[in-house]
Amino acid sequence: MIVNIKLFAVARQRIGHGTIEVELPADPTVSHLRAALAEQYPPLADILPHIRIAVNNEYATDTTKVASATEIALIPPVSGG
Amino acid sequence: MISLTDQPIDSSAALAQVASHDAGAVVLFLGTTREFTRGRRTASLDYECYPQMAEQKLAELEAEARGRWPLTGCFIIHRLGHLKLGEASIAIAVSSPHRAVAFAAGQWLIDTIKEVVPIWKCENWADGTTEWVHPGLTGNENQSKIEGPITKHQ
Repeated sequence: MIVNIKLFAVARQRIGHGTIEVELPADPTVSHLRAALAEQYPPLADILPHIRIAVNNEYATDTTKVASATEIALIPPVSGG
Repeated sequence: MISLTDQPIDSSAALAQVASHDAGAVVLFLGTTREFTRGRRTASLDYECYPQMAEQKLAELEAEARGRWPLTGCFIIHRLGHLKLGEASIAIAVSSPHRAVAFAAGQWLIDTIKEVVPIWKCENWADGTTEWVHPGLTGNENQSKIEGPITKHQ
């Protein structure tokens, strides 16, 4: 399956787009997503360990399911305030 | 109440949001654009956010603060887009019957916002380069050291 991922800040800067498509195995979790991102988007590989993943506007864990209807975003360390 | 805006922050309006006859204390925190960070000069800042999640997280933090402390009022506004030196990027106003609660809630809110709300700052350095700030990632996080109060005996 293909999922769309929103990018912000340094992640968006490195890829040059605000959204990317990632190909995932069936019934994927965030853990599968992390592996696929590192493989399909090498410019993100070194920062991925520092990036949190949000599924439906909530921070996800590696076991969170990534259904096709959900909104997914990469959240680099935040610097608001 | 929480808000995201691309307009300059009006601190008087933020204070008005938490004004109440039940309050004996009002604390206002402003985060402002600093010119020098570790000797490097900033020309301006740009802020971006993940809008829906940022609003949701700010609202959750307001609710959590109201659950932890007996607040009379709580108002958080974060600015987005381009900021000049000295301009406020965030205002947090809290009111409560007594001051200790207002200080504690205000401190907790700004500290927690800086950890969990998906908002990012881009430094536009005076030398013409730009850099997204990602604490722990880029090594340029603007973490100020906590220092004790300055005590002068004269």
